Amino acid sequence: MNVLSDLLFWAVFAGGLFALRQQRIFWPLLALALLLLFNNLFTPYFFNLEIRNGYLYGSRIDILNQGAKVMLVSLGMTLVIATGGVDLSVGAVMALAGAVAARLMVVDGHGFTTAFFGAIFVALLCGAWNGALVAYLGIQPIIATLILMVAGRGIAQLVSDGQIINFADPTMVFLGNGHLLGLPFTLTIVLALLAATWMLTRRTALGLFIEAVGDNPTASRYSGVNARLVTFLAYLFTGLCSGLAGLVAASNIKSADANHAGLYLELDAILAVVVGGTALTGGRFYLVGSLVGALLIQTLTTTMYARNVSADIAPMPKALVIIAVCLLQSEKARRYLSRFTRRPATPPALPSPAVAPSVIASPAQP
Amino acid sequence: MAEPQLLEIRGLEKSFPGVRALQGVDFTVRRGEVHALMGENGAGKSTLIKALTGVYDRDGGDSRLDGQSIRPGSPREAEALGISTVYQEVNLIPHLSVAENICLGRQPSAFGFLKWGAIHRRAERALARLDLTLDVSRQLSSFSIAIQQMVALARALDVDAKLLILDEPTSSLDENEVAELFKVMRKLRTEGLGIVFVTHFLDQVYSVTDRITVLRNGKHVGEYATTELPRLELVARMIGKDVSEVEKMNHPPADAAAPPAAAAPFLEVANFGRKGSIYPLDLSVKPGEVVGLAGLLGSGRTEIARLIFGVDRADSGVLKIDGQTVTINNPRDALKQRIAFTAEDRKVDGIIPNLSIRENIVLALQASRGPWARIGRAEQNALADRFIKALGVKTPGPEQLIKNLSGGNQQKVLLGRWLATEPKLFILDEPTRGIDVGAKAEIEKLIASLRKQGLAILFISSELEEVVRDSQRVIILRDRRKVGELAAEQISEQAIMQMIAAPTGESQAVLHPSS
Repeated sequence: MNVLSDLLFWAVFAGGLFALRQQRIFWPLLALALLLLFNNLFTPYFFNLEIRNGYLYGSRIDILNQGAKVMLVSLGMTLVIATGGVDLSVGAVMALAGAVAARLMVVDGHGFTTAFFGAIFVALLCGAWNGALVAYLGIQPIIATLILMVAGRGIAQLVSDGQIINFADPTMVFLGNGHLLGLPFTLTIVLALLAATWMLTRRTALGLFIEAVGDNPTASRYSGVNARLVTFLAYLFTGLCSGLAGLVAASNIKSADANHAGLYLELDAILAVVVGGTALTGGRFYLVGSLVGALLIQTLTTTMYARNVSADIAPMPKALVIIAVCLLQSEKARRYLSRFTRRPATPPALPSPAVAPSVIASPAQP
Repeated sequence: MAEPQLLEIRGLEKSFPGVRALQGVDFTVRRGEVHALMGENGAGKSTLIKALTGVYDRDGGDSRLDGQSIRPGSPREAEALGISTVYQEVNLIPHLSVAENICLGRQPSAFGFLKWGAIHRRAERALARLDLTLDVSRQLSSFSIAIQQMVALARALDVDAKLLILDEPTSSLDENEVAELFKVMRKLRTEGLGIVFVTHFLDQVYSVTDRITVLRNGKHVGEYATTELPRLELVARMIGKDVSEVEKMNHPPADAAAPPAAAAPFLEVANFGRKGSIYPLDLSVKPGEVVGLAGLLGSGRTEIARLIFGVDRADSGVLKIDGQTVTINNPRDALKQRIAFTAEDRKVDGIIPNLSIRENIVLALQASRGPWARIGRAEQNALADRFIKALGVKTPGPEQLIKNLSGGNQQKVLLGRWLATEPKLFILDEPTRGIDVGAKAEIEKLIASLRKQGLAILFISSELEEVVRDSQRVIILRDRRKVGELAAEQISEQAIMQMIAAPTGESQAVLHPSS
């Protein structure tokens, strides 16, 4: 049964890879496949998949569930990076959104709906703040979003009175722990946000404008594109994504922890976007690529846990894999690499005559 | 034999991938003279200067300073040899003091500690040479641009310069400041310095220089005593025409007999200008009319286009569209008034390099419709196909990235981008620059056909032939001023060149058309 399901998994994965071999997404997907294959072969129990109480369990399901937060944030981050910017405040905004929701429910006694929309509203405010600083005041994105990155957690502490607020609202707990159709509900949230992001960027002209502004801001302005509005909207939307991720993060642990929720998540999100094929310099963006990037990062983390790698040195192998993926994506590196792989055919022909005269010549010279 | 010249360059060669920027250029500067280096954009002036100051290494030829063969490998080395340069933009550090700026990199010090007294005295001495007394401990940015320019000059002279290169030092100065600079240049000349002066302003050439060297397309055209080279002749040399030849080919513009333009102008500006960019001027364009803007580079042609299109904001005058006064604060406003603009620098201001031809074509139309009303894919494809076919863009397909096209094809795509918005006024800034002859002819043909369809067109080109051929009216600019206007039969290359070359003052009175 397990072998059969593994084979089915790989058949589907390989088919997908083959279908996408011409696409930008091929390389991160290939890296993900290699990493999973490694686990399939060498990490015991990693590919176990069982059904308990009608829910699917296994490391691969864990990856989807645990990776949800980075996936949610990376969707917004993709748009911000595509405009040529970056948002460092996403982790802090997550913490703030969680704190607002928990406070509204526990301290102020509101229901889930108020808590949910209250948290999203605050997250949107954060996005609007970032967007205004970058788009309308012309502050460099790194600096502009650094403000909330640092201050956001402080505000979250104020909101939660410096306490970790525990909650038990069933709907709120369901967000990060529930199941739908046997799969974690977080996956539904991710897919819904992906669909929404896709609609927002590809069913309107925002996607075109974002790519144009990121690729050549001056020419976009000359063409009549409202570059400021476009940039503002990208940050605003990232606020929404961070808010959702913050609610999921709080729900996961049934409490709002202003200090630790979403800590360093901005780095994983940026990494996911870059691994997914969107250049940090802006321009073309790849939403699904970012999700694959996020999954790759989560798979790495889960692999470290599964193989009992100590948390202190876990970042190192993680870094190595990410370097490898970035090299795979770089056309220059691939060309260089292919020169090496093709070499075995050439050496007998080329180097020998080149070497021979010098070998003969050198003893003759003195 | 006579004493060697201060600077003697023979047969200088410099190539970049695909371009021979300097082809056997000779250049001689004597002691105690101001020598103008003239040429249109791309003639090789800056390459020559960069080769001379060690920014570029030369590929061939020889340069001698005081008879000694030199080959500086860096600007610092050139400075040590006695070649100093002052650039167009003030090239100093605004937050340091005047004294620090003058002595930076060569501060008198003892045991690694700066000797502030010596630094200040040295700076004061350097400024005194320019008859300038300043508080040298004050921050540089607290002084005007003109003074900053003088400080740059003082810094350049502080190294015992024998040869001083002034690369468009006057472009950010007003008339009095320029006069001040010239006074200093004349003083330095009497001290025996050789000065190379690069400028686009003809008046300045005739008021301060002794001799002129003209370059064109990387080749040495000639060296002349300033007093023996009439202005008309200088302009002719720069743009590569023989004056007698120009006088003969005083042909009427093509299509002069074409349907007359509508009576009321589509665009009308009055007293329209911006400080530091272009002096206030009047201009109008009627539907079905091509108005050419002629003038040397830096004469204000592009600046007018930028003002009308809202890239820069005018600070005087009014702009009327169809008789209604409107305010255009940015390109979006211009787009709403159905104005289109292809900028001079295609790479920077035109193409979105990593997007496809299709996306580049729909961009402006989509921008005018706003982000929410997306143009459907079918309509996008139809637009792309239509303009690729109509404009003859050579490409395997509409999904090709625009950066992979040649310059001429990129330009056609950009024209398509704007034609898709169905403009009423099309501002074309150097639409034929840097593209091959065939594409040039096609674009000129397109201009003529757009005019017949009733578009108002403002056409900017540095190629007089094109302006004469394609325009119904020509507005002539010099030194950021409108100096005249020619209509129909008056238009000829010679008439335009005379206006460009005429000394200031005379032109307004004599050359303004009587109509």
